[in-house]
Order: sequence, then structure tokens, then C-alpha cells
Amino acid sequence: MGRYIFARLLRLIPVLLGISLLVFLFLHLIPGDPAVTMLGDRATPEQVEVLRERMGLNEPLPLQYLSFLGSLLSFNLGTSIFTGVPIWDEILLRWPATFELSVIAMLIALVVGIPAGVIAAVRKNSLIDNVMMSGSLLGVSMPVYWLGLLLVYLFAVNLQWLPASGRLGVDVGFTFAPITGFFIFDALIQGDFVAFGNILSHLVLPAVTLSTIPLAILARITRSAMLEVLSQDYIRTARAKGVVEFWVVAKHALKNAMLPVVTIVGLEFGTLLGGAILTETIFSWPGIGKWIYEGILLRDYPVVQGGIVFVAFVFVLVNLLVDISYAFLDPRIQYK
Amino acid sequence: MTTTIAPSRLTRFKNNRAVQRFAESTSGLIGLGLTIFIGLAALLAPVLNPYDPTTDRDYAARLQGPSWEHWFGADGLGRDILTLVWYGLRTSLVIGLVSVLLGLIIGVSLGLAAGYFRGWIEGVVGWLTDVMLAFPSILLAIAVVTITGPSVVSVMMAVGIVQIPKFIRLTRSMVLSLREQEFVQTVRAFGAQPPRIIFLHILPASLAPIVVQSTLAIGTATLEAAGLGFLGLGAQPPTPELGTMLSDAFKGGYSLSAPWTILFPGLFITLTVLAFNLLGDGLRDAIDPKGSR
Repeated sequence: MGRYIFARLLRLIPVLLGISLLVFLFLHLIPGDPAVTMLGDRATPEQVEVLRERMGLNEPLPLQYLSFLGSLLSFNLGTSIFTGVPIWDEILLRWPATFELSVIAMLIALVVGIPAGVIAAVRKNSLIDNVMMSGSLLGVSMPVYWLGLLLVYLFAVNLQWLPASGRLGVDVGFTFAPITGFFIFDALIQGDFVAFGNILSHLVLPAVTLSTIPLAILARITRSAMLEVLSQDYIRTARAKGVVEFWVVAKHALKNAMLPVVTIVGLEFGTLLGGAILTETIFSWPGIGKWIYEGILLRDYPVVQGGIVFVAFVFVLVNLLVDISYAFLDPRIQYK
Repeated sequence: MTTTIAPSRLTRFKNNRAVQRFAESTSGLIGLGLTIFIGLAALLAPVLNPYDPTTDRDYAARLQGPSWEHWFGADGLGRDILTLVWYGLRTSLVIGLVSVLLGLIIGVSLGLAAGYFRGWIEGVVGWLTDVMLAFPSILLAIAVVTITGPSVVSVMMAVGIVQIPKFIRLTRSMVLSLREQEFVQTVRAFGAQPPRIIFLHILPASLAPIVVQSTLAIGTATLEAAGLGFLGLGAQPPTPELGTMLSDAFKGGYSLSAPWTILFPGLFITLTVLAFNLLGDGLRDAIDPKGSR
């Protein structure tokens, strides 16, 4: 196990270097002087020169890359051109919002997607199977931001059941201290149930929107993995021994069908954590995705650069955890 | 001569097991029907719809709901939404097709080279694939468009680049299993050169899964292109594009007061993606019945 994890970690180094190289080149591939692009056409040559010096753009390219790499290693991602705030502080400020939304979306996808896949597999080719699989196909074919807009129109504008945007209602405000930044957790541990309910109501629409794709994919993967397992000999043996069908499915089959499901959960969770740019934009959710998008609009390239590098690292880290969890779930892997 | 060959080819096509399986797959047939419908509609837009989406405006009809005059209603500039959706479909389809073609050509070439020659080429291509897959696809596409500037061509490039690693992985794995098979070993023993082996023997044998992947990729590409359009990084006005239409309605602040401005563009994005997903699923079921469930 230790050797497997070590080998997996070693393989990570060239990938991380590649990510840093791509992100570094990103700024230099934008046509024109990055400093002029960021400051706009009206900037004086002196202002441009000051920014070039501040960003180290006057150094040779390989040296610039090495200093970029050094900054990354010391968690120094530069400062936002627009706000002057260090990128790392901006990320720490927004990360809880993205994480909270991703966790709730993933929970919805797990709680609905896995049982849906199991039921579809057990009732293969039945009406319920067809309905569920058509639904999941529709889920992956739909633009999430469109679904988000429709949900807002229905539940926020027409029925007025749920709020359309933000994390917390203005009428409620901060009656609790945002200690961790994960509002739902902060409100709960401080016993502020009014705020808790309000935060939860703000989470519903964006989380449901964001959960659509992972939910649809999880349902399909679970169904296909369950069908694979259900056709195996040991399941027939269990049935022959008279095990109740519910336990055959829930205990014997589901456990072994979970391996591909875990991979998909990891990959999808990694994507969600990467800041759901589109969903966060629709719901004005103050997370990483919306922040990167605003960085693009404002041509705040250190923000875009820092945001992308952070998201890619998180994505790689989640994939690493998935691979390691694989070794725990399937002991055969370490012998390969 | 041709009259005797043509029916036999048709018969052979009809008797092909994969074709028979496809003909029995309801979802595949629905997908094929939808794809043909969408393709024809996009192709014939200028013939069937006399309006010009870039210039024709009816300011009196601004933000009016669906009516006999404007079946899908009118947008914030008084443009007919049916016309915009119709022409937008053309743009979205062209973006989807061209970007997948780009991803396909580059990805399959690199996958063939990596799988056949192995060694350092495989190492470099594998590294490139891992690095590209480390970025969520929409972010990678956004980064490319930020570099090239928002336009239809940029979106094609961005979405095409995102597709490359998927084609590399698929082709490489196909080549790795095919290169050890007897028919490849035989032509190699007869002294065939690598380009001949790769393009005449290995590529044709790995075509089926590549076709399936390409069909599914058109759906994903259309979705990603529309996403870029929604963020304002896609086709620029006055070019009609479905994602850009949603963006106009959202940013213009009338998406909720005039819901038809978002309903129809989104519906047609969904229909297009669904068509290619159904078709891709049907093709996969037909070509690889064991792998499909």
C-alpha cells in the first residue's frame, strides 16, 4: 500500500510541473504586452513600466518561470490588479462558498443517483428503468445554467418559495459569526437556526442545479456496475442459498459495484470543486468560479492565473485521493 | 456492372449485424431522426426562413410573448426568437462539428503515434494528456478563448483542444491492443513501413469506437460552446448563437420577465445535445453490444 501511494505521488510531480508551465504560458500567450492589456489603452508608459517591474515581466522567460514556480511553492500567487488583495487571501475567502455548494450538490447526487441506478438495474428494461435512464440522458444533455434559470423562474419568481441568489438573506444578515466560512456549519454550531434555515433555502436552487450532471452520470454508472455484478456467480449462489433479494442487492451486489462509482464520485466532485463557473454566475454565488469569471471580464489576469492554478491543483488532489481510496477498496490493486 | 454491384452492397449493409442491431435500438433511431431533423433545419435555414437574424427587427414587438407573428416571441431588441434560434442552431452545429473534427484529427494522430511507437513519444503524449485532463474542461476552454479573444473560431479552437486528450486516450488504448494482433504482426513481417501499418491496418480497425466517441463528443462540444457563449466568450453580435442568446437575456435582465427568451434557445441546445447522445449510445450498442448496458 505504501509503495503504491508513493508511486502515485511520484507520478504527480511531472503533472504539477506541466500545470504550472501551462498556467505560466497562459499569461504570455495573450497577444500584446500583458501589462498594457491589464491596465488598458489609457495607461501611461510609466504606469505600464511599474506594472511590468512588479510582475517581473522584464526578466528573461525561463527566469520568470522559475520565479513563478518559486512563488507557487510558497503559496504566493501574486495580487489582484483590480482590488490589490493577495490572490491567496481572495481564494481563502471564496473557497468555503464553493466547497459548501459542491458538498451539498454531491450529497443530492449521491442520495438520488445511486438508488436510482440500483432500482434501474434491478428492474432492467422495465418502465421505471426506461424513465430513469431517459431522465439521466436528459440530465447530461441539458445546459445547467439553463436549468438554473428555469428553476429560478419557477421557484423564486413565480412561486416565491426560494431565494434566487446569494448565500444569505439581507433581512437575516450575519446574526452568527462566520468562523469557518462554511455558513451552514457556522450557523449550526452557534445554534442560530433562523440563519441556518435561511442559508439552507439559499443553497437549494444552486445545489439542485449543480447536482444534475453528477446525478445523471452516477445513476448511469451505478446501473451499469450493478448489472455487471448481478450477473456474477456469487450472486446466483447467494440467491440459491435463499438470501432475501433485498440483501442480495443491498449487501452482496452493491458493495462490489461501488468501485467504478467511487471513481466517478471523485472525478465529479473534483469538477464541482473546480468552481462551477456557470452555476455560480447564475445564482450570484460568491465562489471561486464566479471570481475567475469576473477576473476574465476585468482582465485581472493574476486572478485568472491564480484561480486556474488553484482549481487544477484541487482537481489533481481529488484524483489522487480517489486513486488511493481505490487501493483501500480493492486490495488487488497494490499487487499490480 | 454498377446495377449488379449496388444491390449487393445494399444487401450486405442491411445484413450487417451492427446495422441490424442499430435498426432495433429505439434510442439510436430516435437520435438519428433528431440529428437528421436538426441537421436539415440548420442547413435549410436561409431557404425556409426569409428573415435575416442580424438585421430584421420589429421594435414594436420588443419582448412580446409567442404569437402568430412571432411563434417563439421576440427578444429585447425586437428580433424574432424563432429566426435567431434557427440560425443559432447553424452556428452551434458548425462549432460542434468543426471542434470535434479538430480534436479528432490531433487527438487520433497523437494517440496513433503514442500507441504505435511507444518510447519517449508515448511518455510525452501521456504527460500532455495528464496535464490537460487536470483542468476542468470549461476552464481550459475559457483559458484558450481568453488568449485568442472571443469569436466563433476561438470557440471552435477552445472546444476542440478540450476534446484532444479524450481522443488520445481512446486511440492509444486501441492501438496498444491492435499492434500485438496477428494481422498487424503479419504485415510487419512482410516489411510494411509504419505509416502503412498505422493508416491502412490499425486506423481502420479502430474506427468504430472513434466514430462513437466523435458522435458523443459533438454533444459535449455543443454544450461547452454554448457555455462559452453564455459567458460572453462565444460568437459576438450580430452572429446568432444559442448560448449567446441565453447570455443576452440573462445580462439584459429580461430572462425572468420574458421567459420565452431563455426557454427556446435552451430547449434547442438540449435537443441538439440529446440527439447526438442518443445517436452515440445507439451506435455504441450496435458496435459493442457486450460493452453497452
